[in-house]
Amino acid sequence: MSSALTFDPIRLPPECDRLREEVRAFLDEEIAAGTYDPQEPGNDHGFSPAFSRKVGAKGWIGMTWPKQYGGHERSFLERYVVTEEFRVANAPVRLHFVADRQSGPVLLKYANERIKQDVLPRICRGEVCFAIGMSEPGSGSDLFAASTRASKSKGGWLINGTKVWTSNAHHADYLIGLFRTSPATKENRRHGLTQFLVDMKTPGITVNPIYQMTGQHDFNEVVFQDAFMPDDHVLGEVDGAWKQATSELAYERSGPERFLETFYVLQELVRVLGANPDLRGAEGLGRLVAQVHALRRMSVSVAGMLHAGKEPVVEAAIVKDVGTIWEQALPHRARELAAFVEEGASNRATFEEQLRFATLIAPKLTIQGGTTEILRGIIARGLGLR
Amino acid sequence: MESTSLIAETASRLLRHHCDPQTLNSSASDDWQGPAWAALEAAGLPLAWVPEDLGGAGISLEDGFGLLSLAGRYAVPLPLAETLLAGWLLAQGEIAVPPGMLTCAPTRRGDKLRLAREGTLSGRLRAVPFAKAAKHLAVLAEGEDGRSGTIALIELAKARVADGRSIAGEALNTVSLEAVHPIVTRDAPAGLDGETLLAMGAAARAMQMSGALAAVLDIAVAYANERVAFERPIAKFQAVQHNLARLAGEAAAAMAAAGSAANAIATALAAPPDRLPRVARGFDDALFLEVAAAKIRVGEAAGVGAGIAHQVLGAIGFTREHVLHRFTQRLWAWRDDFDNESAWAVRLGTLIAARGSEGLWPLLASR
Repeated sequence: MSSALTFDPIRLPPECDRLREEVRAFLDEEIAAGTYDPQEPGNDHGFSPAFSRKVGAKGWIGMTWPKQYGGHERSFLERYVVTEEFRVANAPVRLHFVADRQSGPVLLKYANERIKQDVLPRICRGEVCFAIGMSEPGSGSDLFAASTRASKSKGGWLINGTKVWTSNAHHADYLIGLFRTSPATKENRRHGLTQFLVDMKTPGITVNPIYQMTGQHDFNEVVFQDAFMPDDHVLGEVDGAWKQATSELAYERSGPERFLETFYVLQELVRVLGANPDLRGAEGLGRLVAQVHALRRMSVSVAGMLHAGKEPVVEAAIVKDVGTIWEQALPHRARELAAFVEEGASNRATFEEQLRFATLIAPKLTIQGGTTEILRGIIARGLGLR
Repeated sequence: MESTSLIAETASRLLRHHCDPQTLNSSASDDWQGPAWAALEAAGLPLAWVPEDLGGAGISLEDGFGLLSLAGRYAVPLPLAETLLAGWLLAQGEIAVPPGMLTCAPTRRGDKLRLAREGTLSGRLRAVPFAKAAKHLAVLAEGEDGRSGTIALIELAKARVADGRSIAGEALNTVSLEAVHPIVTRDAPAGLDGETLLAMGAAARAMQMSGALAAVLDIAVAYANERVAFERPIAKFQAVQHNLARLAGEAAAAMAAAGSAANAIATALAAPPDRLPRVARGFDDALFLEVAAAKIRVGEAAGVGAGIAHQVLGAIGFTREHVLHRFTQRLWAWRDDFDNESAWAVRLGTLIAARGSEGLWPLLASR
């Protein structure tokens, strides 16, 4: 019931303001030094080993993790500030972002001590890239239809099958994958899948590129042919991955990257409309700003709940549903609002270029990390409809 | 001053007893109104924002906004928000507040009331909610120089109050004053101007609307689980589930935006512990963003949310007999009070454009 939906007006604490200033100063320096160009959100696919190492040295990867694994034991809200400042500045975080957001927390919870000691500090230093191996040719949103097999062998497991749409696989040092270790049971179709930490250097793994309609290379097909995983690379319970999958999703779904992915279009729109927009431009701009402010307040509210140790699963799904729809519509709305702007406006060319890029990537925003349809199913369950 | 939970508890109990939407909907007369208002008054709720030494309950701004969200959940058809706002305005001038239903004005940008040298008030005020029902009107007027603000208390019997109703059927009147002698006038404190009153009103309406949207979501979800079609509850159909998930998203956005604006106002205008809650300073850009964004986003959510709820409830939701219209009609009406989404959006967009592209993110991130 809605009476159970909570979006308290959480404010980020003062230590976040100081951190934000530090992050902005760092980004200004990097931009001035030419490390990357914030005006080109698609440049180098956001992948920069040098930049990720600098971020690691700043202590901004694995911020919330225990110090014994290279983490910094800072708050989830501080991590939130770093994430949103990097996102808005179009910083090239691709190398470490997935590891920082998702893979590291999974390892912290389910990996054995040796692996934690080995891998987590390297993530924190910005040295290792992770990919997520969920989707397969016959299994997308329906995770539990995964059929890539892990068969028991001496001292470990042999993996055979194919994962697809695997972002970063061509850069990745590791992949956390979902593999079938037993058939599903009649009582529980989610039974029989196990999470593994996969070292991408393992013999028997082939990564084939799948080019996107933007011309970029992000997706891959990952083929496993008798790839051997030692026993200690099993993460959590054999056959019981379904119990592990849900708790981290609130972190993945409610972050600032779920509504700020095309934010540069809004900034460029302000520039192209100029200091004195007409009534139509002003109203359109005002609505967009109101919408993104509301989204950020929702997202910060969920961050505050996560920080307080709560599990706002439905609220997080709502943030991603409303947020991704908004960031997807933004380039189209900006295009309409700029329709009558003079050809000669000084940043017209930059605006057009960013608009083209954002329009091209927009369709993926409501697909990656849980489609709109899946999210609405989760929300409906939370409302008591399923 | 009572604790937050005690105020909410008292208000819930009274509203459940006196303003149950189903009971009011079935009621053939307005006989419930007198006892309901008396009960709210006895608990000090309409004058929540008036300090105790001026005859009020001295409840914090934040708790008062919480009360309005609760009132929205019941679609309370009484000038509770209007009386709260009028009491707040009068208290800013340290004017003792009379009992009974109050309302306040101006509620539209551009409406002006002039205070003549001889102390009379003249002007035309559009869309004053409940002016026909209330006995007194609290106003913010301008001096002859067009700048200095004056807070005044007016007996509505001395004004010309035109007939008029909102889309929800509630009194919404144009009030004309021609050289009316107010009961009392006081200089408005520095920092309080028409924008402040409009912002307070917009935040109040946003809270009522977010409460009403939460109620609409509850009603629609409950109905979808009860109503059987094609041999199963319609809640089991994915098309219905997804519509309701969208409604939940709109209700959530409204809740977050309105709650954030109310919290921002309460923090910015909060009094030091030893002082009465007075306006300390004008609204800065950040506070303006909070209020404007709330009125805009909640107004958008009201439109989308009411539409989905009606679709889910089908024909029964379109009847007078069902309570849904008590909420949806008020959502539609409240969108227009204290300026609509479009008016606020033009103002916000103009501000953002003037600050420039570089100023956008720092402003958003400051909240």
